[in-house]
Amino acid sequence: MSRVTAVDLSVTIGGLKLRNPVMPASGTFAEGLDQALDFSRLGAFVTKTITRELRAGNPLPRVVERPGSLINAIGIPSKGVPHFIEETLPFYRRYDTPLVVSISAPTADGFAGLAAELSLPGVAAIEANISCPNIEEDGNGFAMRPESTAHVTEHLRRATSLPLWVKLTPNTGDMPEVARAAEAAGADAVVVANTILSMAIDLKTFKPCLGNIMGGLSGPAIKPIVLRQVFQCAKVIRIPIIGCGGIATADDAAEYMLAGASAVQVGTATFIQPTAITDIVDGLEAFCMHRDIPRVTDLTRGVIIEEADEPDLAWLNPPT
Amino acid sequence: MPFKPQIVAELATIIANDPVNAEYRHLIAECSETAAAGAPGQFFQLLCPQPAGEQPYLRRPMSIYGTSLADRKLEFLYKVTGAGTRGLDLLRAGDKLDIMGPLGKGFHLDPAWRHLVAVGRGAGLATLAPLARVARQQGVNVTAVFSARRPDLVVSVDLFRSQGAEVIVVTDSEATSGPANVERILRGLIAERRCDAFFTCGSSRLLQVQQRLGHTLGIPGQVAMEQQMACGLGMCFCCVRDFNVAGQIISRRVCSDGPVFDLMEALP
Repeated sequence: MSRVTAVDLSVTIGGLKLRNPVMPASGTFAEGLDQALDFSRLGAFVTKTITRELRAGNPLPRVVERPGSLINAIGIPSKGVPHFIEETLPFYRRYDTPLVVSISAPTADGFAGLAAELSLPGVAAIEANISCPNIEEDGNGFAMRPESTAHVTEHLRRATSLPLWVKLTPNTGDMPEVARAAEAAGADAVVVANTILSMAIDLKTFKPCLGNIMGGLSGPAIKPIVLRQVFQCAKVIRIPIIGCGGIATADDAAEYMLAGASAVQVGTATFIQPTAITDIVDGLEAFCMHRDIPRVTDLTRGVIIEEADEPDLAWLNPPT
Repeated sequence: MPFKPQIVAELATIIANDPVNAEYRHLIAECSETAAAGAPGQFFQLLCPQPAGEQPYLRRPMSIYGTSLADRKLEFLYKVTGAGTRGLDLLRAGDKLDIMGPLGKGFHLDPAWRHLVAVGRGAGLATLAPLARVARQQGVNVTAVFSARRPDLVVSVDLFRSQGAEVIVVTDSEATSGPANVERILRGLIAERRCDAFFTCGSSRLLQVQQRLGHTLGIPGQVAMEQQMACGLGMCFCCVRDFNVAGQIISRRVCSDGPVFDLMEALP
């Protein structure tokens, strides 16, 4: 019989208090979703990535589905900063849900300038999308390596006093070192992770399914991989981790929190079920209630790793 | 004030899902009032059942073929072409179907228009069908020009005729569906003052015929466009198309800026 009668769902992520730990992932959320989803119940808003330059986006087709997953190569179409300040920001100010602004730039200076310019009233935190291709790093994202992660994070840290979240890429071979570099350079939290670089080929035409040839894999298929990366990062950093990768249900969210996440982002699942985020909030509350867990924060880093029991082989060599 | 969604994702109950001809199926489902309030030109995103050996992951966009608010009914007309529609074809009366909508911006009827011309080909006829009902309610005349590969593959002729519309069928097999013949038919309707506006869907060639006539003779119009979609709500930017807006090429999302656009701005 459960004794917990109310669950405290609030979490604090790098100085920012959220009513619950569930928020959208950048790029899978926009104003139009307010027709289907109750925006006042989200942990936070996370905008589509904003760039300084106007970007048209990638050639079509921009998405292809695979079992349990989606590959996208949208290419961050962006209307630039003035459009964001004049059109997007006033829309979100109508809610008391914190607004996290995702930014991207080709250089560390570009990131810093954009973070400074967007540290505005009504913006609660900056999420630096350092997991996209850029020119300084020869086509790789900053977050592919610890050195470039430290470099860009230091620039960002000096540019804004807002909570700074740094979004990492699952495509690096050394996620824990990259996370450590972000923490040491002043990030308040890391988002683990972005999409997994992938590809699909059309067997009728022998051509790639995407106009951009390669794209980022998301959806339930990637969950075990990114969950493992959250677990690895949690072992080496103390700043909060926001888990993001294939979360579609409250069980997925709970698993991520047990692995080490303090909050979660829901992306592709919203394309299938527009109320996925609030369904997960409700489900997490029910999960905690059922398991007698009074605070959702109690889940974070809650995975139980038993010390390996050494088999007792003493009987093989009985004392003489 | 409690949140009331204008777009719902819900389980509708299948009432019927029957073949219309060799290619098309007519699906009727019972749904909520919010879903049944869908307007002509709007669409739904359907979470299709999985056919054997296939796993459609995304929802599939499907334009509204008909609605009835009083009976809380929703109708779709679809051609079985891919994994999603093969899944839809499995549904039987009593089954549940996860529908999300109504989505997008539908057709707009100017009260000054007394005579509409609907030009469609293939599945495009399904998208135009709800117009016939609304036009009838508003006492507006409709002439429909339907194009298909063969006469036996034309769909929704009876629906249009039952709403008092005149239907002209052109087909590839009878060599009547070419742009020149369709233009001749449309010019005839214009000469008889039976064309205040064009409504079209399903053919790039026929769109261009109407754009030419519309441009030369000053006739407005609207086109319902298709594009591969993921979210259906304007978030992902995968369904963009280019439009010519006063000489400038502008990228728009078919799902949320459309799917119905100004006839003259659409690029084939």
